[in-house]
Amino acid sequence: MRNSLLGVALLSTFILSAQSYYPTNLGTKTAENHYQAVTGVTLHPRPGQSISNATLLFQKGKVVQAGTNITLPKNTVIRAMKGMHVYPSFIDLYSTLGVQKAKSKNTRGRSTQYKRSQEGGYWNDHILSNYKAVTDYAYDSKKAKTYREAGFGVVSTHRADGIHRGTGLLVALTDKKSENDRILNQSAAAYLSFDKSKQSNQSYPSSVMGAMALLRQLHHDATWYAAGNSTQIDLDINALLAQKKLPVIFDAKNKLNVLRAAKVSSDVGSNWIIKASGQEYEHLSALKKYGNTLLLPLNFPKAFDTKDEGLLDQITLRQMRHWNQAPSNPAKLAQAGIPFAITMAESKSSTAFLKHLRQAVANGLSEEKALAALTTTPAQLLGESERLGVLKSGAWANFIVTSAPIFEPGTQILANYVKGQYHKINSTKPKSLDGRYQLTIGNDSLELMISKSSTAENISLKVTQGKDKWESTIGLENQQLEIAITQPGGAVAKLNATVNLEEKSLKGSGTDFEGSNINWEAQAIEKKKSITVYDAVPQTYPNNGFGFAKRPQQEKLLFKNATVWTNEAAGIVENTDVLVDQGKIVAVGTNLSDTGASVIDATGKHLTSGIIDEHSHIAASSINEGGQNSSAEVTIEDVLDPDDIDIYRNLGGGVTTIQILHGSANPIGGRSAIIKLKWGETAENLLFPKADPFIKFALGENVKQSNWGSYNRFPQTRMGVEQVFVDYFQRAKEYGAAWTRYNKLSSRQKRTAKKPRYDIEMETLWEILRGDRFISCHSYVQSEINMLMKVAERFGIRINTFTHILEGYKVADKMATHGAAGSTFSDWWAYKYEVKDAIPYNGAIMHRAGVNVAFNSDDAEMSRRLNQEAAKAVKYGGISEEEAWKFVTLNPAKMLHLDERVGSIKVGKDADLVLWSDHPMSIYTKAEKTVVDGIVYYDAERAKNQLDVIAKEKAVLIEQMKKAQKNGAATQKPKNPVKREFHCETLD
Amino acid sequence: MKNIISLIFCLPLWLVAQQTPAPPQSQSILIQDVTAHLGNGTVIENAAIGFAEGLLTYVGPASNAPTNYDKIIAGNGQHAYPGFIGMNTTLGLIEIDAVRATNDKDELGAMLPHVRSAIAYNAESQVVESVRPNGVLMAQVTPRGGRISGSSSVMQLDAWNWEDALVKADDGIHLRWPNPFQRGRWWLGEDPNLKRNKEYDKEVESLATYFATAKAYQVGSKPKHLPYAAMAGVFDGSKRLYIHTNGSQQIEESITKLMEWGAQKLAIVGGHQAPQQLELLQKHNIPVIIPRPHRLPSNEDEALKSTFNLGAQLIDAGLTVAIEMSGRMETMNTRNLPFYAGSFAAYGVPYEKAVAMLTANPASILGIDQEVGSLEVGKKATLFLSQGDALDMRTNILSHAFIEGRSISLESHQTQLWKRYSDKVN
Repeated sequence: MRNSLLGVALLSTFILSAQSYYPTNLGTKTAENHYQAVTGVTLHPRPGQSISNATLLFQKGKVVQAGTNITLPKNTVIRAMKGMHVYPSFIDLYSTLGVQKAKSKNTRGRSTQYKRSQEGGYWNDHILSNYKAVTDYAYDSKKAKTYREAGFGVVSTHRADGIHRGTGLLVALTDKKSENDRILNQSAAAYLSFDKSKQSNQSYPSSVMGAMALLRQLHHDATWYAAGNSTQIDLDINALLAQKKLPVIFDAKNKLNVLRAAKVSSDVGSNWIIKASGQEYEHLSALKKYGNTLLLPLNFPKAFDTKDEGLLDQITLRQMRHWNQAPSNPAKLAQAGIPFAITMAESKSSTAFLKHLRQAVANGLSEEKALAALTTTPAQLLGESERLGVLKSGAWANFIVTSAPIFEPGTQILANYVKGQYHKINSTKPKSLDGRYQLTIGNDSLELMISKSSTAENISLKVTQGKDKWESTIGLENQQLEIAITQPGGAVAKLNATVNLEEKSLKGSGTDFEGSNINWEAQAIEKKKSITVYDAVPQTYPNNGFGFAKRPQQEKLLFKNATVWTNEAAGIVENTDVLVDQGKIVAVGTNLSDTGASVIDATGKHLTSGIIDEHSHIAASSINEGGQNSSAEVTIEDVLDPDDIDIYRNLGGGVTTIQILHGSANPIGGRSAIIKLKWGETAENLLFPKADPFIKFALGENVKQSNWGSYNRFPQTRMGVEQVFVDYFQRAKEYGAAWTRYNKLSSRQKRTAKKPRYDIEMETLWEILRGDRFISCHSYVQSEINMLMKVAERFGIRINTFTHILEGYKVADKMATHGAAGSTFSDWWAYKYEVKDAIPYNGAIMHRAGVNVAFNSDDAEMSRRLNQEAAKAVKYGGISEEEAWKFVTLNPAKMLHLDERVGSIKVGKDADLVLWSDHPMSIYTKAEKTVVDGIVYYDAERAKNQLDVIAKEKAVLIEQMKKAQKNGAATQKPKNPVKREFHCETLD
Repeated sequence: MKNIISLIFCLPLWLVAQQTPAPPQSQSILIQDVTAHLGNGTVIENAAIGFAEGLLTYVGPASNAPTNYDKIIAGNGQHAYPGFIGMNTTLGLIEIDAVRATNDKDELGAMLPHVRSAIAYNAESQVVESVRPNGVLMAQVTPRGGRISGSSSVMQLDAWNWEDALVKADDGIHLRWPNPFQRGRWWLGEDPNLKRNKEYDKEVESLATYFATAKAYQVGSKPKHLPYAAMAGVFDGSKRLYIHTNGSQQIEESITKLMEWGAQKLAIVGGHQAPQQLELLQKHNIPVIIPRPHRLPSNEDEALKSTFNLGAQLIDAGLTVAIEMSGRMETMNTRNLPFYAGSFAAYGVPYEKAVAMLTANPASILGIDQEVGSLEVGKKATLFLSQGDALDMRTNILSHAFIEGRSISLESHQTQLWKRYSDKVN
C-alpha cells in the first residue's frame, strides 16, 4: 500500500513537470496558466539599470514583463516585496555539478604506458572530445542549493578530466522540475585543460609544453581530417568538428598557464574563454593583447597566520603581496578593458563567494561590471543573451531577491527563482526592538540594550554608562514602551515611546533625572558590516622582492678607464672607455667624451661582455617532455617563467644570455629557448630576437632510461639509440619529400590529391634536415658521440653542438673534422657510470684539437659563477686566460650563431656587458653591474639595498595581516612553496 | 684460460690500479723560498720549511733556515699550505653516485652510532686521488642517513688501505637533529609546501630517551649493547657529537638539550641560520662547520650571496668555523673545497682566516691539532706547494704535496687520461 502510494506521488510529480506531449493515465491533463508577480521591488533588469518600485511579472517560467506601470492579469499570484532588490540570477560557466567524476585508473603497472587504451578515437587518451558530460549527468540538488545560495540560477557543467574534456551541458538549478526542464542545452560548451585524464596512464604528454603541442597538433589534424584527407574515421575529431560553434572553456589554473592557454588559443585561431588564476593583475598588457575573455575565480587568499613566526619567516614577499593584491584583480582587469565572467569554481562556499565578490567591489570593481560578469557576459558567451542574464520579456524568470543591494556587505539573498520556481534562501528576520541604542539624557551618555522584545512579558533592558550598570525597568504594551532609568544617586528618568519598527530609533517624551519634561531619541547602534580595504602595495616587475618598481630603461652609459676584455684581436686592453647608446656598443677607446652619458668610473675594474650559458634549465616551468621517444613538437619557448628568481641570481653572476634546453629524457628532445636575462620583462620579450632555432638531442644513460628502472621503452641500449635517430630522420626525409611533391602540384591537381598530414614533430625534424634548425646534443661517451656524427653525415647534416660531451676529448679530432662544437662541464664527474672517464682537462684537449669549446652549467647554482668555471680551464690544461674567458662568452655565442651580436666588446654589438670588481676569473671578483641591451638589470648596490626594501614591505604586510586577523579574518598557515630546480634529468 | 691471460696483458697500464702510495720519508727535505701560510692565521713571506721522518723541523724565514737537509726543494716563490682537511665528506664511501653497488655511505636503520665509516673507506678510490692535486690531503669521512648516522673517522688520502689511512679513528658521532619543518614529497602527491612537522616534539622526545638510556648503560650494564657502547665517547668527551642541522630553532634546542643529556663536546654541521644564535654558540664555544657557499639561497627574498656571507658572519663573531661537504655531488666536489674557502674570503673572511677554515680550524674541531692543521715544528709534515693562491682556481696548481713527509703523487686516473689523449690529439 505504502509503495503504491509513493508510486502515485512520484508519478504525479512527473505529470506536473513533464513534457506537454507526455501522456497521462493517472488523472486529468492540466495546464498551469497562472501568472506570478513580485511587486514593489527595486529591479535591476540588467547591469547598470535599476528601476525602483518595479514589478516583475512572469508565467510558465518566463518573464512576461518587467518594469513599472504593469497591468497584472487577474490570475496573478502577487508577492509584495517592498524594499527588496531583484537581480537576474547568476550564471556559472565552470561547474561540475551532477556530472560523475572520472574514475582514476588504479592498475598502475610497473612499466610506462605509451600506447592509447581506447580505439576509434584520437591517438592520445587525454583527448576526450567525444565525451559528452550529459551522459554521466544526474541533477545534484545539494550542490545546486549551494549555487543558488550564492545567487546562481544556471551553470554549465562538465567533467573536469582530460586535456580535451568533451562537452558540458547547461543546467537550470531548480529542484522543482524534471531534467527535461533543467537541461537548457545538452551541449553548451567544450572544455579543455593542460591536465591529463585520470582514466589513462598513457605517458604523453608529461609536461605542459607537451599538452600545448598536443592541442596544436589536434587542431592541425582536425583541419586535415575535415578536408577529407583521412581514410579512417576518428570519433574524437568528428566530435571536435561538431563542436566548432560552441564556446571553449579552458581551465588554466595558474597565472603562467593562463598566458600559455591564450597563446595556443591564438595559434589555433580560436578565442577560448580561459579560466584564470586570480593573479592576472600581473599580466594585464599581455592578456589585453591576446584578447581572450577570462573566467575569474574569486579565491582571494587568506591572510597568513602571523602567530608562528618560525613559519612566517619562510614566506616570501611574493606570497604576502598576493594576499594584498588579489582582491583588486577583478577591478584591474575591468580597468584594463579585459572582458571577464566570474565563476564560483574555486570558492570554498557560497558565503565565501559572496564575501569575495563584495570584497572585489570594495576594491574598485564597479557594481555594473561585477553584475555583468555574473549575468550578461556569461549569457552572451553561451549565446543565450535573449534567455539568460537579463530580466526582460521572454527571458527565463531566473532572479534573486535580496534584502538590500547585493554588493552591500550584510545583504542577504532571500530567494532565488529559477524558471519561475521559488527557492527560499534566507528568511527575512522579523523586525523587533531588540538591539543596542545610544541615549543621552542631560550630561549622561547611556547605552540601552533591549532583548526578548517579541513578547511583552519577557522584554528586558540593560542600561550601562561606560562600565557601570544602572538600574532600569522596561514595559511594553500595545506598542507603548515605558522605560525607567535610575541614576546611581537615585534620581529616576522616565521615558515613553510609541514603537515604530520601521524607524531606526526610538523616540518619545518623558522626564529627565531632574524631573523636567523632555523629548528624547535613542539611536540604534547598528552592527556595521563593512569590508576593510587594505592599502595595496605597489606591484613590481616581476612581482617579487627583487622586482623593479619601474621596468629599467636603456641608458647612454660610459664606462671610464676599465680593463676591457674585448675577446677581439685587441685582446685585454687597460685604461679603456666603452660607450653604450641605444642598447649597442658605440665606441671603444680612450678618453671618450661623456656628453649626455651616465659615467661609470671603472678604474681598477674589469669590463667584459656578458656570460653566455649554452645549457641552462632556469626560467622555465617544465624541462622534459619525456612521454615519447621524440618530442620535437614541443618547445621551451612555450613554458618560460620570466619571474624565476634565478634570472636575477644569474645576472648577479654576470650572465646575460642563456639557452634553456629541453631535458634529456628522450633521444629527440624539444626545441630550446634562447633568452636574454631581462629581469622584469614578459616571457615573450625575453626571447633573443631572431636567434637561430635549436633543438635538444640526447644520448646515453638517460635516453636508455638506465637509472630509473624503466624497461619497456625502446631504446634500452646505445644500439637502439642509433636506430631511433635513423628512423626519425628517415621519416622526416620522406615527410619532406611528400610535402615537396604536394606543393609542386598545380591548384587543380591539389583539388583531387590527398594532402599530406601536417605533423609538427616531422616539420621540426625536416627543418633540421634542411639546415634551418640546429642540434645541441647531450652526450657522454665517445662511442655514441661518434655514432651521432656518422648518422648526421649520412643525412647530410652537421651536429652543431655536443653538450656535456664529457668524453669529447677522446674523439676531439673527429669532432673537429665533423665541425661540432663542445659545450662541457669544467669538472663534473663520478655522478653516474658514463662519466667515469670525465676529466677536467676535457675542455683544454678539445680546444687544442680545434673544437669550439664552452663551459656550461646545466645547474641554477653553477650558472651564476661560470666565470670561476672558466678559470678551471686555466687550472686544468693550462689554457690562456684570454682564451679561457671565451669559453663562457664568445665561444658559446658562436655555438648559438649569435657571435655577430654578442660575445665580445666591439662597436656595433649588443651592449651586454659586465663590470667586475676584479679580474673576471678571480675567485674574489664580483659582478657589480650587469647590462643587457644597454639596460642595467643588475647593480650589486641595488641588490643589497633591496634587502631593506623587502624587509620593510614585509613588515607593512605583516601588520596588515595582523589587523585582518584581529578583525576576525580567516587565516592560513604560512606555506612556503617548494621551488623546483631543473636539471637534464628532471622528468617534466 | 689463455684468452683471459692475454686479455689481462692487453689491459693498458693505467687501468690496473690507482696511484701507488708514497713510501715513508727517508730523506730530510728543506723547501726554500715560499710564502708559508701556516694555517693558524700567520703568513711568512720568503719562508723555508724543513721536515724529516714525517715531522716538521723548521718553519721560518728562509734566511735563518739550517742547511743540513738531504734534499733541498726550490720553492720559487710558490705558496705553501698545510694539507687541507675536508669535513663531513663521503669521500671513499661511494665511487659513482648512480651505481648502487658502489654506494657504502648510508646504512639501514636510524640509530647507528656503532656503524663506522673507516672500514668502508676505499683507499683506492679514483675520486680520492682526484682531490689530492687540489690540496685536499685529509678528510673526515662521514656516513649519511638515519638519525644517528654513525661514526666518522679522519683519513689521510694516500694509503694502501683504510687502516693505513687512519689519522684518527672514530673521531665523532653524527646526529641529524629532527626538523621542526617539513615538506611533503610532491612526487607522491603530497603537499610540497613547507609546514610544521607535527612529529617534531615526539622525535626530540625519543632522542631524549635514547640518550638517557645510552648514558645509563655506561655505568656497567650487561650484556653488551653495541650502539650504546659506541656512545661512550659522547658522554666522556672523547668523541665529539656532530649535530647536523641548519635552522635557528634547531641549533638552540639541540645544543641546550644535548648538553642537558650529557653530551660533552658538540659541533654544528650546517648552521645556515647560525648567525641568529651567535650568543649561544659563543657562550659554549661550539664550532660551526658550514656548508659550501656554492649553493642557492633557501628563499627568493634572501640576499643573492647569502650563502657566501655566512663565513664572515660567523668568523667575525669569533667562532671556530670549518667547511663541510654535504650536498649535491658531494663526493667528487671535495676537490673544490679550496674554492669554497676562497669564496668565503671573497665575501669578507680575511685571507689567512679563510685558510684556517681548511686547516687549523678543522684540526682543532677533530682533535688532531697537536699533530696537523698548521705548519709548526713538531707537527706532521702534511703540506703542499701551489704555484699561486690555492684558494683561487686560476692559481691552485700544485707542484708538490706531502703527507707525513711522504712525497705523494699528484697524478690520477684523470691526469693519465689527459696525457694519453693530449698525445693522441697533438
